[in-house]
Amino acid sequence: MKKTNDIIPIIKITDLRKAFGDNHVLKGFSMELYEGENLVIMGKSGSGKSVMIKCLVGLMQPDHGDIEIMSKNINELDQDHLNNLRTEIGFLFQGSALYDSMTVRENLKFPLRKRKKDAAEAEKLILEALKSVGLTEAINLMPSELSGGMKRRVALARAIILHPKIIIYDEPTTGLDPITAKEIIELMRSIQQKYKASSLIITHDVDCARVIANRMILLIDGINYAQGTFKEISSSTDKKIQAFFK
Amino acid sequence: MIKLFQIPDKIKIFFIEIGELSYFAGRFFRELFSRPFEYKELLRQCYYIGNRSLLLVGVTGFILGLVFTIQSRPTLMEFGAESWIPSMVSISIVREIGPVIIALICVGRISSGIGAELGSMRVTEQIDAMEVSGTNPFKYLVVTRILATTLMVPLLIIFGDAIALFGSAIVENLKGDVSFQLYFNKVFNALEFSDLIPATIKSFFFGFVIGLVGSFKGFYCKKGTVGVGEASNTAVVYTSMLVFVIDFIAVFVTDIFYEI
Repeated sequence: MKKTNDIIPIIKITDLRKAFGDNHVLKGFSMELYEGENLVIMGKSGSGKSVMIKCLVGLMQPDHGDIEIMSKNINELDQDHLNNLRTEIGFLFQGSALYDSMTVRENLKFPLRKRKKDAAEAEKLILEALKSVGLTEAINLMPSELSGGMKRRVALARAIILHPKIIIYDEPTTGLDPITAKEIIELMRSIQQKYKASSLIITHDVDCARVIANRMILLIDGINYAQGTFKEISSSTDKKIQAFFK
Repeated sequence: MIKLFQIPDKIKIFFIEIGELSYFAGRFFRELFSRPFEYKELLRQCYYIGNRSLLLVGVTGFILGLVFTIQSRPTLMEFGAESWIPSMVSISIVREIGPVIIALICVGRISSGIGAELGSMRVTEQIDAMEVSGTNPFKYLVVTRILATTLMVPLLIIFGDAIALFGSAIVENLKGDVSFQLYFNKVFNALEFSDLIPATIKSFFFGFVIGLVGSFKGFYCKKGTVGVGEASNTAVVYTSMLVFVIDFIAVFVTDIFYEI
C-alpha cells in the first residue's frame, strides 16, 4: 500500500451530496482510496453507503460534489469514456447479480465483450478467474443451480475477470452463513494479493472489516464521521462509533 | 387562492407516463441506429419470441378458424349463401380478427414476459451489473427485444391467419363437402392486396407496442417482487389497450386510402 501526500489517489470523492426529496442521504461525504489499499466503509442501513457507490460508478447522479477515478472526473465523461473507465472497475453486488438466463461461463464472458477478446483468450481468462475463486467445476451451471456462497464466488470471478485496478464490494458477506462469509473474506484477501487491486469494501460486518481493512471510514449522518485503522476506530470512546462494535 | 380547476392525480400520472413512454420510444430509435449492433442477442430474442409462441398462436388460430366457420355457417345457410363462407371467413380473419386476436395472445405471452424478465433483472441489480461492466443495457436488453417483437409478431400473425384458414377449411370439408383446393381457390380469389397490406402494416405496429410497453414497464420497474408483478400486469393492460387504439387508427387510415 502506497499512501503519501504526493501520491494521487486512485479514487477521490469530494463533498458528495445526494438527497431524495427532503431526505438528505449524503451531506458532503469525502474520501480517498489509494493504490493497493483496502478501504472499508461502514455505516448502518440507510446511511447512504449504497447511494455513494452508485454515484461512484455513475449509476446515480449526485446533486453536488466531484468524483475522480484515476484522475478522471466521471461527471465530465461522455458515455463511451465512462464505459471504458468502468472496465477498470470490478463490482461485486450485494445479491451477486448474476445474469439468470446465462450459464456461469456466459456470465463471465459478458464483461469481455467490451475488450473484444478472441474465443481462446476469453476461455483462458474465464478459467483463470474461476480458478481464483475455486469454482472451475461450475463453469456450465446456471445461476439457479448454485448456492448463495457459490453465486457470490462466481460474481467475484466476474468482477476480477478483466484484472481491474479497483474492486468495489457491496456488502460481500451479507446473507451468507458465518463459515461461507469467512471463505469469502479469505477469497477477497487472496484476490487482493494476487491482482494487487485497490479495494473499496462497503459492509456492516465488523469481522470482515477487522480482517480486511487497511483503513476504515465510518459513514454516519451522511458524512465521513471517523476514519483511521480498525484498531483506532474500534478503540474510540465516541458512543456513535462504539455502537458499531457492540 | 382558490383553485377553480384541479387535475386529478390519476390523470396527471397517466399523462406523465405517456410522456415517459414517448421518451423511451425516442431513445429506442436513437439507439437503434448507433453502434455497436447486438446481432446475436437480436437473433436469440427472435428465436425465443417467435419459436416459443408458435404453438400457442397455432392452436389459437386453428380454433379461431374452426369456431368462426361453425358459428357463421347456419346463418349463411339460411340465405343460401354458404358458398360465400371461404370469402367471408378469409377477409374477416386476414383483415381484422386474425391480427387483433393473435396480437392479444402475443400481449399476454410476450409483453408480460418481457415486463417480468426485465423487472426481475432490475430488482436483482442485473441491469446495474450490465451497466457497470461497460455494456449499454438499453441497447442490449431493450432495443433487441423491441426489434424482435416488431419483426416476429407480423410473422406470427401471418402464421396464425394461415392456420385459422386451415381450421375453417376443415369445417367446410367435413360439413359442406368443399374440397381443400376449392376452398383455398375461393379464399385467394376473395383476398386482395388492399386486405393484406394494411393488415400486415398494422401488425408491425402491434409488434412494436408489444415490445415497447413490456420493455418500458420492466426497465423502470419499482423495487421488490410487487414491482415485478405490477410491471408484468400493467404491461398487459397498457399493451392490450394500445393494440385496440392502433387497430382503430389503422382502420381509419385504411378507409382513407382504400375503399373498404
